[in-house]
Amino acid sequence: MAYTVEVEGLTKSYGSTEVLRGVDLVIQSGTVHGLLGANGAGKTTLVRILATLLGHDGGTARVDGHDVAAEPALVRRAISLTGQYAAVDEVLTARENLLMVARLRRLGRTHAAARTRELVDRFGLAAIADRRASTYSGGQRRRLDLAMSMVVPPTLLFLDEPTTGLDPRSRDQVWATVRELADTGVTVLLTTQYLEEADQLADRVSVLDGGRVVAEGTPEELKTQVAGDVVRLTYGDATAYEAALVAVGAGVPEATGDPVLLTLDVPSDGSPESLRHLLDVLGAVDALPRRVGMHSPSLDDVFLSLTAPSQESFR
Amino acid sequence: MSTITAPLSALVHDSRVMVRRGLQTSMRNPEAFFIALALPVALMLLFVYVFGGAMSTGGAYVDYVVPGIILLCAGFGAGTTAASVSHDMTHGVVDRFRSMPIAAGSVIVGHVVASVVRNALATTLVIAVALLIGWQPTAGPGEWVAAIGMLTLFILALSWAAAAVGLVARTPESANMVTMVLAFLPYVSTAFVPADTLPSALRGFAEHQPMTPIIETLRGLWMGTPIGDQAWWALGWCGAILAVSAVASARLFRRRTS
Repeated sequence: MAYTVEVEGLTKSYGSTEVLRGVDLVIQSGTVHGLLGANGAGKTTLVRILATLLGHDGGTARVDGHDVAAEPALVRRAISLTGQYAAVDEVLTARENLLMVARLRRLGRTHAAARTRELVDRFGLAAIADRRASTYSGGQRRRLDLAMSMVVPPTLLFLDEPTTGLDPRSRDQVWATVRELADTGVTVLLTTQYLEEADQLADRVSVLDGGRVVAEGTPEELKTQVAGDVVRLTYGDATAYEAALVAVGAGVPEATGDPVLLTLDVPSDGSPESLRHLLDVLGAVDALPRRVGMHSPSLDDVFLSLTAPSQESFR
Repeated sequence: MSTITAPLSALVHDSRVMVRRGLQTSMRNPEAFFIALALPVALMLLFVYVFGGAMSTGGAYVDYVVPGIILLCAGFGAGTTAASVSHDMTHGVVDRFRSMPIAAGSVIVGHVVASVVRNALATTLVIAVALLIGWQPTAGPGEWVAAIGMLTLFILALSWAAAAVGLVARTPESANMVTMVLAFLPYVSTAFVPADTLPSALRGFAEHQPMTPIIETLRGLWMGTPIGDQAWWALGWCGAILAVSAVASARLFRRRTS
């Protein structure tokens, strides 16, 4: 099958609040798909519907070819969920947690024990395997969470904000683990509010905003959608900034300025000739900038240009 | 559909895993377990040695009060059960269980069985201490078996009701508070004083609430006091509580999805 996830026109409301307003999404088997959005954009709601934890109002959603509403039992066989709040039993040790999941997935006693040992080693849990999960650091807990999701390798692995709240070192470790998992061919649906995370891990990205997918593509495609490279001119005083804005704007109407930061972004191919021309124009009106730099768009720029002013949820 | 070929055997298998989890969890919380054991014993000593002198129940007060103490004890146990179910429901681990291909009832069955085991231990301790301080039941082996059966049914029903409370409650703390009501019910029953010593309004309540027939049945089995139709009432109450709680918790577990 080409697609592990097929979502069409999915809607979901809580009372009068529309959380999903017709989401379309397909995820190719064996790829890592990033679902990018601010808090309250509907990421977690979408994941919960796909993971059979929540019903939806309209549209269809299929996972591994099974309709999530009509055949939830078959969907559950194909998925593993790694939640925003690590889905581990905190009272039990890593070993006990893994053994419990293995037994629930119908592995025989000896097979379950062997699989547990294997995962303890593979996910770097050996040193803490016999301590209660409540004593773990955030990173250790996420690794245990991932290991529990891989007891029986799923067709589709949900990673719901896997690095939220982690320190940079733990985050890098989780990223490394996710890359390893992706290399084994498991399809991953990764939700995140960190653009860098999507850039690092995802083959394709969907940007979710206000309950709709507002953009979709590879991270590179999305970046070129916004704008090409720019020359960023940084000024020290407003007078020179204003003069530069007028002078540059006359020749290059696409140039954009930030009157607070006193920066001016001028689209450019980065060639010496175009830079010389630009500086000549500025020099003529006595408005040379303090600094000149090349700037490539980040996913942050994509995100900010695509999504409405952030609607924080205070849930 | 082939996935649900053997729902019962799946339920049994998954429940066994969950019972193991419940027992492991119980043993990791020694403070709560100690309090659950120490509190009923302390209460019994309090009733027998402090209040007992002022009670006239026609005989040694310890002979009268043991069934009531055991029910109180079960009430405290229910608080622990409700809180641990609620803890599960408010933490990430339940999302994992619910998104796994496992029997839905197994999570609650695990909690209920662990609860019954905890309560059985506490009850055994209360009985042992009662015997030490002079409780002299007249029951023969047959009556003991019947009393243990009655108690087990009661604890099972109460544990399942507590699990249902745990599913509804928003926090483990509030779940625990709700079940405090259960711990108070024995006070307004024939647990500590005969019903005819109560003011008439309370007396009507005491005579018709579930704790009274259970206590009268246990007392009759152990001490040979008349039981009459109380045993049927006791069985009826326990059966009804069990049935309602089991159905309610199965539905609530599925419904608490958002």
